[in-house]
Order: sequence, then C-alpha cells, then structure tokens
Amino acid sequence: MTLHARLVVTRPAFTLDLDLDVAAGEVVALLGPNGAGKTTALRALAGLVPLSEGEIVLDGHPMHTLAPEQRPIGMVFQDYLLFPHLSALDNVAFGPRCQGASKAEARRTAAALLERVGLADRAAARPRQLSGGQAQRVALARALAVRPDLLLLDEPLAALDAHTRLGVRSELRRHLADFGGATVLVTHDPLDAMVLADRLVVIEDGAIVQQGAPAEVARHPRTDYVARLVGLNLYRGLADGPRVKVGELLISTSERLEGAAFVAFPPAAVALYRSRPDGSPRNLWEARIDGIERHGDNVRVHLEGPVTAFADITPAALAELDLAPGQTIWASVKATETHAYPA
Amino acid sequence: MSRRFPRWTVALPVALVLGLAGCGSAAPAGSAAATPAGGAERAKEVTVFAAASLTGAFTALGQHFEAAHPGTSVKFNFGSSATLAQQIAQGAPADVFAAASPATMKTVTDASLASSPTTFVRNKLQIAVPSDNPAKVDELKDLADPKVKVALCAEQVPCGAAAVKALGAAGLKVKPVTLEQDVKATLTKVELGEVDAALVYRTDVIASAGKVQGIAFPEADKAINDYPIAALAKAPAGELAQQFVGLVLSPQGRDVLTKAGFEAP
Amino acid sequence: MGAATEHHRTAPARPPWVLLVPALAGLAFLVLPLAGLLVRAPWSTLPARLAEPYVLEALRLSLVTATIATAMSLLLGVPLAWLLARTDFPGRRLVRALVTVPLVLPPVVGGVALLLVLGRRGLVGQWLESAFGITLPFTTAGVVVAEAFVAMPFLVISVEGALRAADRRYEEAAATLGASRWTVFRRVTLPMVMPGVVAGAVLCWARALGEFGATITFAGNFPGTTRTMPLAVYLALETEPEAAIVLSLVLLAVSVVILASLRDRWVSAP
Repeated sequence: MTLHARLVVTRPAFTLDLDLDVAAGEVVALLGPNGAGKTTALRALAGLVPLSEGEIVLDGHPMHTLAPEQRPIGMVFQDYLLFPHLSALDNVAFGPRCQGASKAEARRTAAALLERVGLADRAAARPRQLSGGQAQRVALARALAVRPDLLLLDEPLAALDAHTRLGVRSELRRHLADFGGATVLVTHDPLDAMVLADRLVVIEDGAIVQQGAPAEVARHPRTDYVARLVGLNLYRGLADGPRVKVGELLISTSERLEGAAFVAFPPAAVALYRSRPDGSPRNLWEARIDGIERHGDNVRVHLEGPVTAFADITPAALAELDLAPGQTIWASVKATETHAYPA
Repeated sequence: MSRRFPRWTVALPVALVLGLAGCGSAAPAGSAAATPAGGAERAKEVTVFAAASLTGAFTALGQHFEAAHPGTSVKFNFGSSATLAQQIAQGAPADVFAAASPATMKTVTDASLASSPTTFVRNKLQIAVPSDNPAKVDELKDLADPKVKVALCAEQVPCGAAAVKALGAAGLKVKPVTLEQDVKATLTKVELGEVDAALVYRTDVIASAGKVQGIAFPEADKAINDYPIAALAKAPAGELAQQFVGLVLSPQGRDVLTKAGFEAP
Repeated sequence: MGAATEHHRTAPARPPWVLLVPALAGLAFLVLPLAGLLVRAPWSTLPARLAEPYVLEALRLSLVTATIATAMSLLLGVPLAWLLARTDFPGRRLVRALVTVPLVLPPVVGGVALLLVLGRRGLVGQWLESAFGITLPFTTAGVVVAEAFVAMPFLVISVEGALRAADRRYEEAAATLGASRWTVFRRVTLPMVMPGVVAGAVLCWARALGEFGATITFAGNFPGTTRTMPLAVYLALETEPEAAIVLSLVLLAVSVVILASLRDRWVSAP
C-alpha cells in the first residue's frame, strides 16, 4: 500500500508539479499557503481533478486511469459533505453499499465504525443535528468504511473551533495510527501537521520546497513561509567559518560552515536596546521599528534594517524601553542562540 | 408577532382594482379596440359582431361599406355566436350583431338589446372529406360505419345542433370521435386528415379553397341554419348601424354572400 | 433593555410601503376574479349541477390525465433537466431554449404541431399506426400527450434550476465512496434536489390540469375519453355560463386542496 505519484496539473495561471511517495502506514501532510496547490494535489489523487501529466501508482498498480469511484480511496472533505438526507449510520454505510454489501451488512460495518469513533449513540442523527466534532468523526468513519488503501484528508480540522480541535486532533491522530494504508492530509496549520503527520511536504506555488520529519522541518526551515510557520527568523547567506554574511551584516554562529548557508534564530533570542550597549556584543545591528503587535503573552516587534527580523519581548520590557513604531534602536542576538545549516 | 398595517394599505389596492373594474363597465373588455373615444368620431365607426362563418363575406362587405361612406371605418369581431351574444349582453359596445342561429340572437333580443332581427342568409351542412377521401364516403349513411372516423361540432354550438337535426332526420346513429368546439376546428381535423369525414357548413367547404371536398346530402334541407342580423338598440354608431344592415340585405350584399356559399332565405 | 429587544425584534420585520402596496394590489388582482366567480356562482342549484354525471366524468378524466402526464414528465423531464444542468455538449444553449418552446407557443398551435407529428398522417403517427396500430388523436392517451407537451417545461426548468443550485461537491464525495454516476444520481443528487422536483411536479400537474388549447386541438373533445374539465367549461360557456362557473369552481377547489396538502408535506421542508 505504498503510494508513488507524480502529479502535474496545468491551469492557465498555475502549474502543480510534484512527486509524492507515501509508505504504508505513513501519514504525510501537505503543508502550504493558500493557493499553493495542496487541495488540487489531493483532488488529483482522488481523481476529481484530471492529471495533465504524470502517474499515480498504488502498490504497483496504476490508479490515474481509473474513475474516482473505482479508486481504492477514502476521502474526508474540508466541510465533511455528509449527505444531509441520510442519518449518520447511512452516511457511513453508503460506501460499503456502493461496494456491493447488502443493506444489513453495510449497516453492521457502519455501526462498528461509529462505535470506534465513539458515536454509536448518534447513529440515527441527521448531519445537521451533529456538532462539528461529531460530524468530523462521522466523515472519518465514512471514509474508513470503504476500507481504502489510500486515505485523503482535506483540512480535516479547519472547520472546528479551537477548543473542539484539541480533542478531535488527538483522536484523529490515534485513528490515523491504526490505519494501515497510506495517508495524505492537507492542512495550512503547522500544529495539525506536526501532531498528525510522520512527514511534512511543504508546497509553495505548486512545487515542493521542503520535506522531512516534522522536527527536522521545524529546526531547519528552508523558506520564509516555513520559517514563519515554525516561528523562526531565517536568513540565507554565505558562510565562512563561524560567521555567515547576510547582506551587509555578519552573523556569528556556533556552527562552522563554508559556502551557501541558512541562519535561523527564534524571535525571543533578540535583545533590544534604546542605545548602543556597552561591551559591544557580537551580532549587533541598528534597526528601525516597523510595527508592534501582541503575540501570545508577549509582544512582537517588527524590525527593519540590514536584516528584517522579529523580536519577542515581554510587555514589561516594552513599557520600560518605551518603544514606538518609527524609532531607531539596537538589536542583538547571541551566537549560541543562532543555528546555521547548509542551504 | 402579528404585523399590523394601517387599514388603508389594504383598502388602497382594493380600491385601485375596483376602480379599474369601474372603468371597465364603461368600456368593457373583449372589444376594447373597437371603443371609440369622442362623439364626432363615434359616428364614423361601425362595430360589427358577426359569426365566424361570415368572416370572408363580411370582410368584403365592410370594404364596400367604407367605399360607399368615405371616412367611415368598419370594425369586426368574428367569433362563436354564443360568445358574441354574451359579450353583447355584458355591455360590449357593438353596433350590429349577425348570428349563426336564431337561438343566439334570442339571447340578445331577450335582453332587449335588439329588436326585430331579419334572417338574411341560410347555411346548409355538407359532408366534408379530405381531398383524397380515404374512407370513400359519398353519402350521409357512410358516416354511421364504425370504421369511418367522424368529427362533429359539439351540440352546444349551431353547427353541432344542425348536425344532430340532420342525422336525426336521416334516422342515423353516428358515433363521432370528437365533438369540436366550433366549425373551423372541425374543418381543421378534416384538412389534416385526422378524421375521414365531418359535417360542416357548405360555406366552410368553399372557404377552404380545395383543401377539403364537400358532398351535399338531401337531409341537409331538414337542418338549415338561419342567420339573423340586427342593429343593436344602443348602437353607438346610430344610423350607420342601420345602413350596414341595409347593405347586407341589399342585392349587392346578397351577391357577395351567395358567392361565399350562403343561400337566400 | 426590554424596550431595546422589542425594537430589535420588530423593526426589521416592517416591509417598506413601496413593496407592500404593489404586493397587496397584486394579490387583489389575482384573487378578485376568483371572488367574481364565487359571487356569481348559482349556489341554489349547485348541488343538483354537481350531481350531474358528466361533471364527475370530466373531473375524473382531468385528474387521471393530469397525473399520468405529470408522471410522464417526471420520467422524461428529470433526466432531461439533468442533461441540461450537468453535461456540456455542443448546442446545449439551443436545446435549453427549445425545451421552453411549449411555454411560449400558443397551446392551440402546440396541438396542431402535435397533430402534424403524431396525427394519423403525421411524421411519426403514420408509422405508429402502420407498425403498431396506435393512434393518439381522439384518445385519452392523446390527452396525456397534449398535457405533457405543454406542462413538461415547467418541470424541466424547475428541476434544472434545483440541480444548478445544488452543491456538486456532495456528488464528488459520493464518487470517492465508490458510487457510480447512476448511484450518485439516485442516492445523492435526486434526494438533494427533491424539493425542486416536487415543486416542478406540482406546477406541471397544475398546468396539465388546466390545459385546454393543445388538448382540444390534438385530442379532440368527446365525453368520457377526451373531454377534460377545461373543455367542459369552455363548451358550457357557449350555452350555460352558470354551469361553466360551477365546473370551474370544482376544478379550483380540487386543485387548491391537492396543492395545499402537497405544499405542507413537501415543498416547505427545509
């Protein structure tokens, strides 16, 4: 049940072109900004969008020549698309019925699946009587009911409020772990991706820009988009031993590298000063404040200068420093707080 | 929860519609086009309600009348005699009524809307068959053959009443496939070959200009239709209405009507 | 606080005069002719008139033919609506325009057109008669054909509108669950557009019930086989306007009762 796919979808102002390999039991998250092509890729796997070029091979069998209803897939849609005229039980029984099961057999399968997702008592409810979290679980049960080799999830948690999301996410993680086939899920939420996926595939403008294990991607972002997702300041420069030259600025790092390299550091590692600090620590630059916003319990300061950076400080520090947009200040980062890796 | 509207919001539209209805009684529908406005102009226009079978002949007579009375125009409303009689009874501003049966004229005279109608022509039934006469019909008793599809007018309209009378006189039982609402519809069924035969007026056979073939039969004499004409008592055109009736009754009028297939009374 | 809530509750409910006045005028315009019929109805002789066998005969014929015509329209019209809404083929716009032809064609002309095609000497009718011995004109089947011809566009337009408005992603979801296109149509599309289908069928039925021109032209007029209520009304009008009023009231009462009961059960469902 390994998936190998090359997906090419050409549209007038957009081209999707990516290779995707998913092992049996593996959960791959397609992560990317809006319009990057993640949903198009998922729909192409399902056969809802025709491929312009490429192939989809599941366990050695080409699948791209099949109509959607003939593919061994199960799909969970963003707003679930539970059939409004059918009960939760009949929604889940729909797939087995289409696969030729008798009505009683299909309902037995459906009841077992609803039991598994903890909704045995809601079997008779119509979709509009279900809460968001319940509907999500019914949608998952419906997709699993066809016993797919490939499970596709389109923004499975996007329609839920933050509170419900927490519970549903961990539950979904459990069900995905139990699922033996390949799973591809699409999300724009890095937290969902990190929790649910074994591997992240980051897509921008229809192409893969980075992929790897969640921890690996989180530590070594390779694009501004990924850096923003994982909350790091990221720069591309030229390394020369313990220093990386980024534009005009020379950043000292703890690693020693040569050639093209990335430097990353968290916004909380940036210290701000109203006047040039004494003792001139390394990695010091003069910056202009471009904006100030709340960020969780802290305050995020947007800095313009030789490099663009975010600095996270406490509200108390903000008051003490009496910062305002437009001011010129000094920023510094300790070398030990930076992280350099080859580009 | 219930919404309240001032009473006038209901009263206004009702008044509006009633107001329109009020105007309507002064100039009823169905003949609105024939309603003249001013008194001077009124004298220049004659509105004639005439049975549909008179369409050809009366249109020709209208042109004669307009030629003889320069500046005058004749407007026609052709239709089923019964419908026309009802329109007149409901106040339609007609000047002359020419009906296809004394019974329909009676509706108008009974309502004192006209007096002393004159029978001006008579019309006789004929058997109409498609030009190729597929059922080989050549006399009235052929219509009683169940294999022959026959269309008749409904008994409620004059041509239907005449057909019943003629068949009765011949002692025949005919089971038609349809009872049409007027003679033109009956004729159409023959023209299209949907039926093998129909009883229609001789004038209709002549008007069809060869599309159907007419067969005269002796029993038709037992069911002759008299056509009465009368100038209406409240004729807006006054004297002109009498003059039009005069033209219809004149030798010239008779000549035009005879050419159309009518017989002199 | 209470006053504020009250204000909030009633303020948006008040319709503007500009809409209210013409709306009520429109209502009066539609309802007053009915009042006219009621006022002029011969109430004293009503029971006797209703008891006449030809009334029941015509009513039964009307109800039966209108219902069969609606069933026929459903059978042919729903797939046609699906074709128009869900497929793309060259000339689809033209086909859609052609579907509405019976709506604008004077029904009498429609009847003549049907005769030219399905009549005894018509293009298809000729063949039907020689091959199967079937003739449609002057038969009850002919009434059904004439009514369906005139009424089916109402159904097609209504169902096509419902199909276009329906969320097609549900059909995609069904496909990913292994449903063939026919299963998708039967188990997902059709149930979801059911209110539109019912509304269309109701319109279609009502139109078929009142059909006059095409019926009398194509099917003729004979008591028991082709004389439906509207034909009986028309003929009664020739000699006995009061009888025509009675017949119209019967037709009206029956259709109002049936439409109202259908509406409560089907059309108002969310």
